[in-house]
Amino acid sequence: MKRLLILVMCLLPVYAMAGEAQDLAKDPVLEKRMIGLAERLRCLVCQNESLASSHSELAEDLRREVREQMSKGMNDEEIIDYLVARYGDFVLYDPRVKSNTLLLWFGPFVLLGGGGVMLVYQLRKRKRTLAEKETELTPEAAQRAAQLLNEQKDPQA
Amino acid sequence: MMRFIWPFIIFVVLAGFLFVGLGLNPREVPSPLIDKPAPAFSLPQLHDPSKQFSAEDMKGQVWLLNVWASWCVSCRQEHPVLLDLSRQNIVPIYGLDYKDRRADGLAWLHNGGDPYVLSASDMDGRIGIDYGVYGVPETYVIDKQGVIRYKQIGPVTVQSLQEKILPLVAELKKK
Repeated sequence: MKRLLILVMCLLPVYAMAGEAQDLAKDPVLEKRMIGLAERLRCLVCQNESLASSHSELAEDLRREVREQMSKGMNDEEIIDYLVARYGDFVLYDPRVKSNTLLLWFGPFVLLGGGGVMLVYQLRKRKRTLAEKETELTPEAAQRAAQLLNEQKDPQA
Repeated sequence: MMRFIWPFIIFVVLAGFLFVGLGLNPREVPSPLIDKPAPAFSLPQLHDPSKQFSAEDMKGQVWLLNVWASWCVSCRQEHPVLLDLSRQNIVPIYGLDYKDRRADGLAWLHNGGDPYVLSASDMDGRIGIDYGVYGVPETYVIDKQGVIRYKQIGPVTVQSLQEKILPLVAELKKK
């Protein structure tokens, strides 16, 4: 009896899966497309969440709006334009390239390029100064160096 | 000495940007609707749902559209400011009751006072989406041609009235 009970208890969690994602079943293809698009959009209420993952009411409304527009046959670009017209570029996780986002898009490359130029300049300068210093040893200097080295070997001398 | 001057300048510029960034409010997303025609709508009025209110009716007047809801906590903060403004008869305030139940909205106006000429009810929030509403309360200043000239995100305060909204309203009325 006890074993049977344990077996039944072990099987119980199987039922925990039931009833999930029923809403999505209405039109799974459209829902998948909607989620795909919503992942690229920012929720304005909880700003670190995408429109796909946010539970705010506004996000729910906007998902409904996107769903309806998709079933009306609008393509993704048109829907994005619709949202940008109302909420601004802020809804896009991937900002568009335009005059006021040029710095955002290309600034890092300008910095990288500038850093590269500085690096090459500094390395050349260093090479030049090293080349100036590294002249051949004169015989006197060589002799003195040898003398110093000998002194090191034999501290008593 | 000279070798430190460039890193120092770069540091100052960077620190300047970061310091300005500290003072910005990330919740204030600039609206793309500024200087664009206010989206048209026709909604049932809150007090008398058999009557419609449409943005078109307001052509020729400078007016405020205040988005509010009975569930909205910050609306309680701005409510006395709006009541005070409505008593001064400077500019008509129209309400948009956003994603609310009619009974709750009516009760809220009944208990707290009604600063609005009338309120339109946007129960499913569709007109709110057209206006780019994302955090109630929001207030739009709309000019005689029906163009949105300013959007206040969050509660209207005495300060924002004095500094932004009222001077703008006075200027728009002269045109």
